[in-house]
Amino acid sequence: MERPSPKLKRKAYFAGKVKRAAHLLLYRRHQKPGAKGWELRKSLGSDYPKVLKILDNYLENLDLQVKTIFEEGTPAEKPSVEDLDKARFYVTLREGVTPKETKLIGWRIDDIAGLAMAISFIISKKGKAPKEEVENLLRDKLPGWRVDVNLGRYIRYGYLAEDEGGQLYLDWRTRAEVDQKTLINLLLTTETKEAQASDSNVNHQNLY
Amino acid sequence: MLSQRKVKKLGRERLQRVIELCRSVEERGLDPFIVDVDDIIAVVREYFPGWELPEELCLDAEAIHELSSVIKLQSDWVKHRSTSLYTDPFLLEEKIRRLGKEELVELFLEAWNPIVEMEQVSPQSLAQAIQYWQSLMPLNERWRKTSFLEREIGAVTREEMIKQRLFAEKAFSEELEAFWEELKQKVGREGKIRYWDFIGAESYMETVRRAYMTSFLVTYGYATLEIRPLEEEIFIKPFEKPESLLGKKQVMSIPLPVGVEEWKKWRGQVQS
Repeated sequence: MERPSPKLKRKAYFAGKVKRAAHLLLYRRHQKPGAKGWELRKSLGSDYPKVLKILDNYLENLDLQVKTIFEEGTPAEKPSVEDLDKARFYVTLREGVTPKETKLIGWRIDDIAGLAMAISFIISKKGKAPKEEVENLLRDKLPGWRVDVNLGRYIRYGYLAEDEGGQLYLDWRTRAEVDQKTLINLLLTTETKEAQASDSNVNHQNLY
Repeated sequence: MLSQRKVKKLGRERLQRVIELCRSVEERGLDPFIVDVDDIIAVVREYFPGWELPEELCLDAEAIHELSSVIKLQSDWVKHRSTSLYTDPFLLEEKIRRLGKEELVELFLEAWNPIVEMEQVSPQSLAQAIQYWQSLMPLNERWRKTSFLEREIGAVTREEMIKQRLFAEKAFSEELEAFWEELKQKVGREGKIRYWDFIGAESYMETVRRAYMTSFLVTYGYATLEIRPLEEEIFIKPFEKPESLLGKKQVMSIPLPVGVEEWKKWRGQVQS
């Protein structure tokens, strides 16, 4: 019988590892989803970054991606082995969710609007804001009774964290799921409907 | 002219105010630049030559420590301002208030990539569940009321109580004193013995018991520990008379692991 070529052997070797990596990242085994770098190293071997890259390429077809969240922020240069070992790896959506799909994942429009407001407000306050201020802001858009319920939900899911002094912080899930820079840029560059309407009025007046 | 005592009192009050100001900035998230660092340094420098007592020096060190925390906050503030994430909080708050719910959601969805995870029963967890279910006693047995055996009232001897471990053979204080004597005999001329050489015994259970008794020797002032962090060695030194350190010195707890692994290692060393 003909022996398999080294190329085929290598392919089979990585195929097995990619499957195992997918299981490790997709099935929740701890309190938090995903897996730490050292866990992947233990299970997949030292070439786990390469395995994750192959998995990421494969997941692209499904609009998914392997996301790396470093413990102390994304390093400026190429991450070291230690940085990768300490990092947590998740599978997230690649392109994001469309407004229609939000209902499928069990989120009401109010919940997402509240989350967006809380996160962007905390970012603008250098990552820490008093709970009272966040509550006041949310009361502007949500019914009073929902504010407390929603904040509790964001904290429970890991989007926000609260300390003993009543300060709210961004927690692990926000760091993993939300592109903070994009969110702030979008908020600052988007014109409100009111502003657009007043602009179009000015243009109409100019025409006459 | 103010007397030396009055100057010191004034200095202490000023340092206390500095500490409170720095703490309030830190705890309430106030603008760190309301603290004039140069001004505070000048105050600290002015009073420093007059400090003599340890409490005064501690107050001085605390003021410097709190001030350094504020300087760190100032540095973080500058760093944050220089990043692309910085936005004027008022501008952003205004923007958030003016945007409609739907607009906010649309924006957020562009920056949101939710985590994908699966919660599903796996063959392994199913096998574990079956194993658990099979080892579970039937409900009627679990809920059965505890029945009692009726027995006649009788007397029990002290020896029987000791046998059943309801009574200790000796009073605890007696046992502790005997243990202290043993320590004093074992230390010899050096006046100290390695911690593990003292607590280590033939069995692991006995070792744990000796470690437990030793902890009381140290806590009640019969002995003290000498820790050499560089050599990673701990010695135990008995006192001639029990010395209560409570209230005299700053007392601290030192956790010392007495695990099976440590015990095996010690046994191996002793046997070799």
